[in-house]
Amino acid sequence: MTSRSVHRTMIGFYIALFFAFLFGPLVVMGITAFNTPSYPQVWPFEGFTLRWFKALLADRTLMEGFRNSLLIGTLVVCLAVPLGLAAAIVMTQVHARARSLYYLVVVSPVLTPGVILGISTVIFWSDVTRWTGAQGLYNGIFLATLGQSTFISAYCMLIFMSRLQRFDRAQEEAALDLGASRTQVFFHVLLPFLKPALLSAAVLAFLSSFENYNTTTFAILADKTLTTALAGRVRQGTTPAISALAVLITGVTLAGALLYELLRRREQARDEARALAAAAAERAGT
Amino acid sequence: MSNPLTAAILFATPLAVALAFWLLALRDRRRAGDPGSTGFFRRNGPVVGAFLLAATTFWILFMIVWPMLYMVDYSFHRKLPPSRRGGPDDVYTLENYWYFVYGSTRVFTSYNWVHINAFWQTIAVSVVITVANFAICYPLAYYMAQVARPGRLRVLLLLLIVPYWVNEILRAFAFMVLFGTGGTINKLLLAMGAISAPIDFIGLNVALYSGLTYAYLLLMVFPLYNAIESLDHNQVEAARDLGAPWWHIHLFVVMPFAKPGIASGCTLVFMLAAGALAAPLVLGGPKTLWFTPIVYDRFYQAFNWQQGSAYAIILLLTCVAFVMAVMRLFKVSLSEITR
Repeated sequence: MTSRSVHRTMIGFYIALFFAFLFGPLVVMGITAFNTPSYPQVWPFEGFTLRWFKALLADRTLMEGFRNSLLIGTLVVCLAVPLGLAAAIVMTQVHARARSLYYLVVVSPVLTPGVILGISTVIFWSDVTRWTGAQGLYNGIFLATLGQSTFISAYCMLIFMSRLQRFDRAQEEAALDLGASRTQVFFHVLLPFLKPALLSAAVLAFLSSFENYNTTTFAILADKTLTTALAGRVRQGTTPAISALAVLITGVTLAGALLYELLRRREQARDEARALAAAAAERAGT
Repeated sequence: MSNPLTAAILFATPLAVALAFWLLALRDRRRAGDPGSTGFFRRNGPVVGAFLLAATTFWILFMIVWPMLYMVDYSFHRKLPPSRRGGPDDVYTLENYWYFVYGSTRVFTSYNWVHINAFWQTIAVSVVITVANFAICYPLAYYMAQVARPGRLRVLLLLLIVPYWVNEILRAFAFMVLFGTGGTINKLLLAMGAISAPIDFIGLNVALYSGLTYAYLLLMVFPLYNAIESLDHNQVEAARDLGAPWWHIHLFVVMPFAKPGIASGCTLVFMLAAGALAAPLVLGGPKTLWFTPIVYDRFYQAFNWQQGSAYAIILLLTCVAFVMAVMRLFKVSLSEITR
């Protein structure tokens, strides 16, 4: 079995290499956040410091960007999740002839480069503003929310579509037979069924919005989000304060990713348990 | 938008298409006389029906279709001061596209090599990055999908998800820390005595290309993994029992099966690489050619939105052409790519 063990070592080596490539740059950057020299350096490690984290908190632009990012992220969740939900439900009802065109249109933002979504949003709304005279529309926060939601809604829609595929229409009919109105069916049958998908869509929407750069940098106009402010800082020069920010963001997104995973796991486990219970009940019945 | 006629056409076309489909649906229903299919509002109730209709219409018209058509229209106009917009000078023109080709809107004697080269280089490098990503990710995806035990698989998946959420700018910054003239790699090489003077990795584009490859690894791994996972391992065993060498198994059993995943990963990686803005801005050297920063400069350096639109459309058409080529090559449908 020597060839087999050689094979196995090679695979192990390859996987180690892959993850070294994946984590190496992040680890290196993380270390520089705690080293004293003012140029981000790993080695020699001259001394442990939290100075760069303090420098970060004192950075007004970044902090303002951070607040805007939180605001936009929340707005995107409020906009993209309902839009994705509606589009996914319409997908199940749209006439067969129109379905492929409809699908092409709503999925196109996923395959369009982010810069183009940002550009088209800004151009369109700047002229809408000009016609309507509503200056409030030409606002970085508003445009960034719309631009990001264009494709984030599509992500949400794809999540809802995969969940809706498993929806049993019989539940809906049962509720209707028992005298529920259509609206009640939506709120008491369909939405509870979609709850796990709603949660994952919301988390995904927030994270996608928070880290987005390409669309935002066009749509944000004179305002700043954390990523656009960060891009400005990075282009000016390298300082360990940025590494410190990376450590913070990685920490937060790590928590977010773990939470997201956990929720998904729980949903899966619950589904499996339900399927098992159903199978058991069936067996008991026969 | 200058011309009220174009404006009307632009705004009315999507509505007309929607109306046409609605009428078709009505006719079909009447002809079929199917009592099972009820009207949209009857099926959803007034409240939910209104929400579905309003939300979907808003998304499609105000966020996808009109902005896009608008950008197309913009690209065929000249940059004019606001007072002259919509006046007699505001005619349809190909000037912005000529500028891309010739570097001038009037003189067509010399070509705009800087922009043309940047464009081709972006496409070529993006293709290479896509292929490289596939080569790097395929073995891992295969291992996770077919070989790894559930416990280890869970750990690997979690390990993959974490860096996925690290911001694009920060990833680029990490590569700057690694590849800068005073960066980690140069320091290491100097200390080992392998080089006597620091290498300018950023000027050589090494930093940019490896940063781009790095950035989109995971968008390749997950589609590949999802596709290979549904392959019945018995097929691989059967091929092996019949004496197929390992590369035969991959080339003729696994890859044809995983086609939708391969197509999906390749389109995503290509689209993101060709449309990358953060990495070229941060990791690009003074002589680096990349198309997206040029588009950005048309907007926010030259303040020529019309020309910027034309450039954006060139980029968009390239991406559309790539997606269509991949669909044709792999014989997959759009819904398989975006799953």
